[in-house]
Amino acid sequence: MNDTISNGAALPAHSDRIRVDLQLIADMVEPGTRVLDIGCSDGELLGYLTRTKNVDGRGLELSNEGVRNCVAKGLPVMQGDADRDLGDYPDGAFDYAILSQTLQATHRPKEVLSELLRIGKKAIVSFPNFGHWRARFDLMFRGRMPQNPNLPIMWYETPNIHFCTVLDFVAMCEEMGLTIERSMVLNESGSKLSLGSQTRFSNFLGNQALFMLSK
Amino acid sequence: MSTAANTEKRPPLPGHHMVLGETDKLRLDSGVEFGPFTLAYQTYGELNADKSNAILVCHALTGDQYVADDVHPITGKEGWWSEIVGPGKIIDTNKYFVICSNVIGGCLGSTGPKDINPETGKPWGLDFPVVTIADMVRAQTMLIDALGIDMLFAVIGGSMGGMQVLEWCKSYPERVYAAAPIATSFRHSAQNIAFHEVGRQAVMADPDWCGGNYLLEGKKPSRGLAVARMTAHITYLSQPALHRKFGRKLQNRGAITYSFDQDFQVESYLRHQGKSFVDRFDANSYLYITRAMDYFDLSLEHDGRLADAFTGCKTRFCVVSFSSDWCFTTGESRILAHALNAASCNVSCVEIESDKGHDAFLLDEPDFHMVLSGFIQGAAEGRGLK
Repeated sequence: MNDTISNGAALPAHSDRIRVDLQLIADMVEPGTRVLDIGCSDGELLGYLTRTKNVDGRGLELSNEGVRNCVAKGLPVMQGDADRDLGDYPDGAFDYAILSQTLQATHRPKEVLSELLRIGKKAIVSFPNFGHWRARFDLMFRGRMPQNPNLPIMWYETPNIHFCTVLDFVAMCEEMGLTIERSMVLNESGSKLSLGSQTRFSNFLGNQALFMLSK
Repeated sequence: MSTAANTEKRPPLPGHHMVLGETDKLRLDSGVEFGPFTLAYQTYGELNADKSNAILVCHALTGDQYVADDVHPITGKEGWWSEIVGPGKIIDTNKYFVICSNVIGGCLGSTGPKDINPETGKPWGLDFPVVTIADMVRAQTMLIDALGIDMLFAVIGGSMGGMQVLEWCKSYPERVYAAAPIATSFRHSAQNIAFHEVGRQAVMADPDWCGGNYLLEGKKPSRGLAVARMTAHITYLSQPALHRKFGRKLQNRGAITYSFDQDFQVESYLRHQGKSFVDRFDANSYLYITRAMDYFDLSLEHDGRLADAFTGCKTRFCVVSFSSDWCFTTGESRILAHALNAASCNVSCVEIESDKGHDAFLLDEPDFHMVLSGFIQGAAEGRGLK
């Protein structure tokens, strides 16, 4: 098993091992900060940040089951929807607003993104890259919507309604006047790909994309 | 005094009684300076050396201080939250010092309308001042002061108990480390006020209520109070729960009787609920306490901006609602949670799937217990309690 992340950092203690792509997000977060994790699921990232980085973390999660599991772990999480429920949070209430693998499932991704950067000084966003060569292959040669381990659900059942490519996302950030502080693409298992700064390569080879943004 | 008082005489109730407000009286919302008065309370477990492990449990409308006793002194049943509070339980009395006091205006040992007004030598009746949720909490702070506790580790309660929890956090945020308002709201809804009014009118329509002077007259408005309880009890359940439990089943008979006898099991059940309630509850207390709930609205002082009631509050909250509760809906809890968010408070908000209605918070609901347990443990770590 080799899920060492690419910057060569030592693996965390076994009990604190989290999904590789979440680990990459966690590595972007400075210790002792305030974090809002939107779509926090069972609280894997939130719990990790609380335990190992001493962050003051909060979560927002759509599924009742996810919320229940988080609160049962002692994590402060409430039931809510990224499209609807971000408006209550005060401006600048968090150092980071994290939206992991959720942007593509929102109704108004652009509004959600600007809400993230109203609430948080920085936004950390990850999403599946539709510009990945396999997606292109599926469309071009199979003539079918992409289906792969990261996008396993058929088009008629998927919660993902707003797909984009890395280039699309970068264009939106430019249009919104946002600063891309960091960006990287990940392979299918969630590990970072080292591709230099060529966005076109990243867009072709990256399965998922991860951005840190600021205003 | 008249013979009437004798019918109410019972051996003194077990547990602690503290006389408060002898020098500094209790200033009620109505403007009345009230005191001295008594609060009856129970404690479970031991207060630790730095007095950091105290949990105040707040009881609901018809609850009382016997939250975790094995045998309730009047009903003979287990305490109302024995499921949750006790050695090794979610609110672990091996670890925490649990306090539960009967609210002011109540009838289980704390000063209320059935007690003697020292100025007249007669029971207070309707001369008892109207009390509010804030008054109940103010009285509790005097008890907590007297016990030498600065900060409560947690304040926890359901329904009206949850209203007290919220009032504590709004008025004394520096004294509450963690708060669990359960199946409750920051305000009493029009529908809830309406049901309470039905209950009060039922009591007042009973000729034995005697304009509130039934104790002096040697009477007891049992029929009116029973009807009030029957109505209220329906609101604590849910349509599916009632149907599951009773359906249209007949009570000890094979066919309907073409009469107004209790043909249906649900009728028999409600009559039993009404009857057993009047044995343990004072009718005037019921009027006063329902009124306190009706008056509750935390957003009132802030021109409807609920978030302003919690500005700067450092307490960590766990707001819990139940999906089939139509007295205190998840919608209400979400308004509360959003306001707490807007005030930058630390808040968890969970809806528990249950078809048992409002009463679910008193019943065996594993998901609820899992959530409450996790919240308390997380808070205990935060507070450094072992």
